[in-house]
Amino acid sequence: MSPVAPKIVAFCCEQSGVLALDMAKSSNAKLPDNLELVPVPCSGRIETLYLLRALESGADGVVVFACYEENCRYLQGNIRLKSRVGYAKQLLAKIGLEPERLEIFPLATNSGVKCAEFLMRKSDQLGALGPNLGKTAKE
Amino acid sequence: MKSGSNLEKVFVNGHFAVTAELGPPKNNDVSVIQRKVDFLRGYIDAVNITDNQTAIVRMSSIATSVFVIQMGMEPVMQMVTRDRNRIAMQSDLFGATALGIKNIVCLTGDHHTFGNQVHAKNVHDLDSVQLIHMVKTMRDEKVLMGGEEKIEGDVNMFIGGAANPFADPFEFRALRTAKKAAAGVDFIQTQCIYDMVRFKEWMKMIRDLGVDKKVHIMAGITPLKSTGMARYMAKNVAGITIPDALIDRMAKAAKGSEEGIKICVEQIQEVREIEGVHGVHIMAIEWEQMIGKITEMAGLLPRPKID
Amino acid sequence: MIKAEQKPFEEILEYLAPYDKILLSGCGACVTVCHAGGEKDAALLASALRMARQKMGKPLEILESTPARQCEPEFAEELSETIGQVQAVLSVSCGVGVQTLARRYTATQIYPGVNTTFLGETVAHGVWEERCQACGNCILEKTAGVCPIARCAKQLLNGPCGGSANGKCEIKRETDCAWQLIYDRSKSLGQLHRLTEIIPAKQWGTQSRDSGPRRIAREDLKV
Repeated sequence: MSPVAPKIVAFCCEQSGVLALDMAKSSNAKLPDNLELVPVPCSGRIETLYLLRALESGADGVVVFACYEENCRYLQGNIRLKSRVGYAKQLLAKIGLEPERLEIFPLATNSGVKCAEFLMRKSDQLGALGPNLGKTAKE
Repeated sequence: MKSGSNLEKVFVNGHFAVTAELGPPKNNDVSVIQRKVDFLRGYIDAVNITDNQTAIVRMSSIATSVFVIQMGMEPVMQMVTRDRNRIAMQSDLFGATALGIKNIVCLTGDHHTFGNQVHAKNVHDLDSVQLIHMVKTMRDEKVLMGGEEKIEGDVNMFIGGAANPFADPFEFRALRTAKKAAAGVDFIQTQCIYDMVRFKEWMKMIRDLGVDKKVHIMAGITPLKSTGMARYMAKNVAGITIPDALIDRMAKAAKGSEEGIKICVEQIQEVREIEGVHGVHIMAIEWEQMIGKITEMAGLLPRPKID
Repeated sequence: MIKAEQKPFEEILEYLAPYDKILLSGCGACVTVCHAGGEKDAALLASALRMARQKMGKPLEILESTPARQCEPEFAEELSETIGQVQAVLSVSCGVGVQTLARRYTATQIYPGVNTTFLGETVAHGVWEERCQACGNCILEKTAGVCPIARCAKQLLNGPCGGSANGKCEIKRETDCAWQLIYDRSKSLGQLHRLTEIIPAKQWGTQSRDSGPRRIAREDLKV
């Protein structure tokens, strides 16, 4: 069992995810170690390439905090993101990486507690899976 | 006379013509041909020999036609444009006529992806209209395609084509048959009829275009073996529509196959009454042994003997 | 434009098995439009390949470069320095680009990363359909702007065949029957009468691939 916590890269939509995580921090909810947050103006801004590059450059798991499907401020952004995550998962399967290493977590601005709990569970899950053997960069 | 075939003579002498269909064996077993010829002997004027129908490899229609002649029956050789280019087809026409084959039906053919050689290269050098024109040119102008090469001697064929009154677009189907008439077709066999109303509408369009005066139309008829067959065809076969009333009739009958024969005979009698219809083409798929009974019940026997 | 699809990942991995440093070259033209081999598609493929090889314990270094077009010698030349540094090239351009590189870089194996499929139209975002077969003798004027060589499964010039039902082709129910389209458009153009004229057999020999690979030479443009 590695002493270092699994590295999680969390893309956070500024309309929901960023605010939810601020809330989590200010209410002192427990968050996993080794967490990197990447704010984006809309989850639809995330290109499939970013998801793969995040894993390639050292993440053990990637999560996307996106608004609920009907709630996208830019109308279809999170729908597009969903398709891209689907495509990325197909690539992960080809590479031989587990599908759990990439997940969308839909939420709202006040989901501080929920998103913190989700991140803790994800960290445990990734710990059990072991490190991402596809990463080409060191920590 | 175009080729002097028995089928041609039957038409020219004003008789109602009868043809059937024979599928060659999926190997080189000639006894299969013999068995089918024996089922048909005496009941028809000529028999269509299919050309790798549904793109499933069978003995060639030209070889099978020759065996049929040897067995004492007149073939109508089918030729599709799917598998052969113009060199091969003109070459086969020299061979076919030299071997005594006098009738040809020119078709495009079912797409090869339906058959058992899905990775074959699709030829389609010509379409059916162009093939009809090619055969007519060889016969009447005695030149090969391109018009340069003169042909010594006669390449005489009685030329047939197909028509589907039940395909789309309906308004165009009769016009397409008119195109085949303009290209030089002598007779047309239609896809099998269940929707008599639509067939009659199509025949009216044919008459309005004057096509019935130029070509002999033969109505296609296929006897239904069972309710299951009727339902399957209605659902799965492109270009065939079966009215619900017919399916119900089959379903309610005590014996489906007997009802199917009755319906078939009624259909033959009905199309005989339609102006412009000069014969029937009975396609009894895998049921060739019923041709005798059908033609007898429909009052089509004996077949005329013309010298 | 030319349409293509990326080859299966497993097939590409097999091509690259003997190497540890390659160039993945994309193309900024046709394959960008159909998302098969543009700069982003190449980058995505490169990332996936690196991770797969890392996981296999056989790291693969992949240099990436995407010229504006790969089908012209000047653009192929741009890659010369990079190609000098690698053992092989995986090109996700169409077959033309692969061959242009192969002709220039005779000592380096150039692998095709896509299957070039057809000449087509972007019908909707992410959807492309075949429209042209480059037969060399365009008859679109006769067929109301719908090509029966590319769009009819039997390449009929006097269609439709008996398998046309409800405007669809008998071999694939999602495929429009080209001759139904020709009929409809002829009707809207007031040109239905033209469809009664017989279109004679096509001259496959003089202008199409059937007489061998083709060439155009414009003397007025040569320097």
